[in-house]
Amino acid sequence: MAEKTFKITSDSGIHARPATLLVQAAGQFNSDIQLEYNGKSVNLKSIMGVMSLGIGQGAEVKIVAEGADADAAIAKLTEIMDKEGLGE
Amino acid sequence: MSEVIKGIAASAGIAIAKSFRLEHPDLTVEKQTITDKDAETKRFEKAVNQSKQELELIKNRANEELGEDKAAIFSAHLLVLEDPELLNPIKDKINSEGVNAEFALQEVANMFITMFEGMDNEYMAERASDIRDVTKRVLAHLLGVTISNPSLISEEVIIIAEDLTPSDTAQLNRNYVKGFTTDIGGRTSHSAIMARSMEIPAVVGTKAVTSTIEDGVMVIVDGLDGDVIVNPTEEVLAQYRQKKEQYEAQKEEWAKLKNEKTVTSDGQHVELAANIGTPEDVKGVLDNGGEGVGLYRTEFLYMGRDQLPTEDEQFESYKTVLEKMEGKPVVVRTLDIGGDKELPYLNLPKELNPFLGFRAIRLCLEEQDIFRTQLRALLRASTYGNLKIMFPMIATLDEFRQAKAILLEEKDKLVADGIAVSDSIEVGIMVEIPSTAVLADQFAKEVDFFSIGTNDLIQYTMAADRMNERVSYLYQPYSPSILRLVSMVIEAAHKEGKWAGMCGEMAGDQIAIPILLGLGLDEFSMSATSILPARTQIKKLSKAEIASFKETILSMSTTEEVVEFVKEKFMN
Repeated sequence: MAEKTFKITSDSGIHARPATLLVQAAGQFNSDIQLEYNGKSVNLKSIMGVMSLGIGQGAEVKIVAEGADADAAIAKLTEIMDKEGLGE
Repeated sequence: MSEVIKGIAASAGIAIAKSFRLEHPDLTVEKQTITDKDAETKRFEKAVNQSKQELELIKNRANEELGEDKAAIFSAHLLVLEDPELLNPIKDKINSEGVNAEFALQEVANMFITMFEGMDNEYMAERASDIRDVTKRVLAHLLGVTISNPSLISEEVIIIAEDLTPSDTAQLNRNYVKGFTTDIGGRTSHSAIMARSMEIPAVVGTKAVTSTIEDGVMVIVDGLDGDVIVNPTEEVLAQYRQKKEQYEAQKEEWAKLKNEKTVTSDGQHVELAANIGTPEDVKGVLDNGGEGVGLYRTEFLYMGRDQLPTEDEQFESYKTVLEKMEGKPVVVRTLDIGGDKELPYLNLPKELNPFLGFRAIRLCLEEQDIFRTQLRALLRASTYGNLKIMFPMIATLDEFRQAKAILLEEKDKLVADGIAVSDSIEVGIMVEIPSTAVLADQFAKEVDFFSIGTNDLIQYTMAADRMNERVSYLYQPYSPSILRLVSMVIEAAHKEGKWAGMCGEMAGDQIAIPILLGLGLDEFSMSATSILPARTQIKKLSKAEIASFKETILSMSTTEEVVEFVKEKFMN
């Protein structure tokens, strides 16, 4: 299992484009990947799940991956977070 | 055999191309019990796959032609169709309840739509429209009906539709759409206004095109005489090609006046400006010799998308328009949404009388975040040209004062942050509500200018919905009651040393132009394509002579009297 916490810095939180990129990336891995925010946990491979969290600026979120490629998944998702200026 | 359908000439010119039907099919779903659950699941999966293939195509096309930004929405739609949280519950429902795929899809989708709409976050509430769009596409495949994909058009076409909404037109590719014709609408409906701003011929209000014209047949749209010709014979085609050439030749004649000022025969200058909807329209303004932009309808920035435009996006659009106009005046109208112009992602409740409801400045003063974002973008762009800001639908002085105070607050904030803002921005109002026209003398003390919005002023004065064909006879721009209101506004402005313009369709109308000139109107803002014909007409008119008939015209009692008088005196 691998996990990482991010603080969302983007003005508009996780909106359409970044959410799309995160979900697309998560879909490439076999691991079960969950996104946790505000006491709720959703499947990061589900666009509607991710959007349903309504993650705004300043939010603390945690990504938890479980499976053979969990580390690689976390690395990839961290890269997207950085590249899109989403969070740190 | 050629068939001729009569309609209202909404945008001048002749277009000849194949028809493309823009349809919004009936997607009503009925609950059915099914026995072969596996087959039903397969049927559902097939519809999802077909929808995905379609979306891939649309996404690629959008990428090439509209840019990555506009294409992103289709990537999101594709992901929805791959979402296990959506697909699995639907399949479960088919299997456990034995219901048809359409019903299962609708039930599950509605659950998500309700959930998103109920969220206390504007952005999330907007996601409901994504799910609605995707659901419609899959439903259409399940029901075996055609859903139109205007963004996939790749050859020259004429659009055939019941009506065109602003979001429909936002998706149309100007390189391929040569003209359009609709069942409903009039000269001032949005489809007509868009056609003129895109400079493509249009005939609206035909009542019959969707029931008569099939997909892919040859159609001629004659936007000069308001005729639509279906399946023309060779002879008829030749005739219209000639008419088209003649019209183009006439346009070239007009073009000679492109770089001239608009001056009457007795040496008085008036300004001929254009109404625009997007930065791309500026080219048309300059090509047609516009002396300014008299109305920049900013709402198109907000349409055909799934979320509010950011401050930076807006700034870029305003800056582009101001720069391209090279110091010529640009009157920007702040967001005029509501009425017949909806923004699905704002989720505003349906109203019984949208034209009399929560719209334009009323909405902006309430939803101040939206308003302030726009004002900041405008203020930041102000140093790139000659910006004038105009508030729509002002009914009371208090509304104007509030709007102006918010503008000044945002200006102070920007200046405090060290951002350059022009100090010479004129701030005016659109006069389209009779209460404001009547009180124009008081408004004139506080505003920098008036722009009379006749489309709405006429409908509010006559209490006649301009979308309702049965009361369209009351839409009378030359009615003495309208002319008196217009005259009051112009006089009030001049008394305080301010200027008065007009940005409704009336400003470009051949019969209205002499009257307005005589009433002293300073600026006429119209569709770009009307500018050169108007300049040609005005050069032959004497302002002083018409002004001497001002009292005569204002004391007439009917529209017919006015029209007859103007035609006889000034149109020969």
